[in-house]
Amino acid sequence: MRYKLDITKDHCPMTYVKTKLELEKLSSGDILEVILKKGEPLENVPRTAEEQGNKIIEIKHLQDDIHIVVIEKG
Amino acid sequence: MNFTEEQIYRYSRNIILKEVGGKGQEKLLNSKVLVVGAGELGSPLLLYLAAAGVGTLGIIDSDVVDLSNLQRQVIHFTDDLTRYKVESAAEKISRINADVNVIPYKVRLDSSNIEGIIKDYDFIIDGTDNFPTKFLINDACVMHGKSFSHARILRFDGQTFTHVPGSMCYRCIFKEPPPKDAVPTCSEAGILGAVAGVIGSIQAVETLKYLIGTGDLLTNRLLTFNALKGSFREVKLNKNKNCPLCGVNPTITELTDYEQPACDLK
Repeated sequence: MRYKLDITKDHCPMTYVKTKLELEKLSSGDILEVILKKGEPLENVPRTAEEQGNKIIEIKHLQDDIHIVVIEKG
Repeated sequence: MNFTEEQIYRYSRNIILKEVGGKGQEKLLNSKVLVVGAGELGSPLLLYLAAAGVGTLGIIDSDVVDLSNLQRQVIHFTDDLTRYKVESAAEKISRINADVNVIPYKVRLDSSNIEGIIKDYDFIIDGTDNFPTKFLINDACVMHGKSFSHARILRFDGQTFTHVPGSMCYRCIFKEPPPKDAVPTCSEAGILGAVAGVIGSIQAVETLKYLIGTGDLLTNRLLTFNALKGSFREVKLNKNKNCPLCGVNPTITELTDYEQPACDLK
């Protein structure tokens, strides 16, 4: 299954906390697309998600400072 | 569980930990912990458990706040003097975190009431300052299969261990309370307040680990701390087959109210 989460309005630590809470609801192998801003969220969310056992499939630039991080739940 | 936006933010530093997460936080919010004593050990650990979002905290204490308590019992303030400790503690907890439901017990724990109280709780914390209650808590918890945290502090020393069903209990190490003349009286005893903070905080950590279900508990290990030396020591202690309570041939099958020392330490 593929899910989406928009954290463009959030700031650290809520950016990763919300990503993590969303990932917890998913099953292993599910995909979560996280829409976030460059800077702190783009630097930290994929790194922490990976550290906590998930896989980063892709990071895409959407528009302006908005990016999409595609995470596969571990 | 659906957290509110405020809860996600409040508990963000818990949730972000791999070992805790939203699931661990949910466990904490649904947990019931009984704290015996709102004094030197109860003060720091109640503050941390409340801040962490342990949903229900039962607090037992029959005393009122005395001026000489304030040197170490950090949940009570100068304007709380003569208030019941359970009321003073409950007020501070409500100001830290309204998610926490406090159940106050203005009673002295004894063999007639302990079983009825502990049965409703997931984990029990011994924050008392006297041997009779320590043995009572140990015995009742072992008999009823309850997990608990033990601690004792005096002067610059502290000790703590955690019991879960089947692990070493207090009676495995100490068969019975020491004779009365071996226990320091009021004038002999002192305690550096921050030592209570160290040991009480370890009890809080153990409680949170137990409730979340992560890490290695201080079971079958007695952790001792000496503030003057600045050192911790870990004594490995297995369940004692000759323990009068949980050994092969137990001789203690009912609860005992040992006599209180002549003068209660304030």
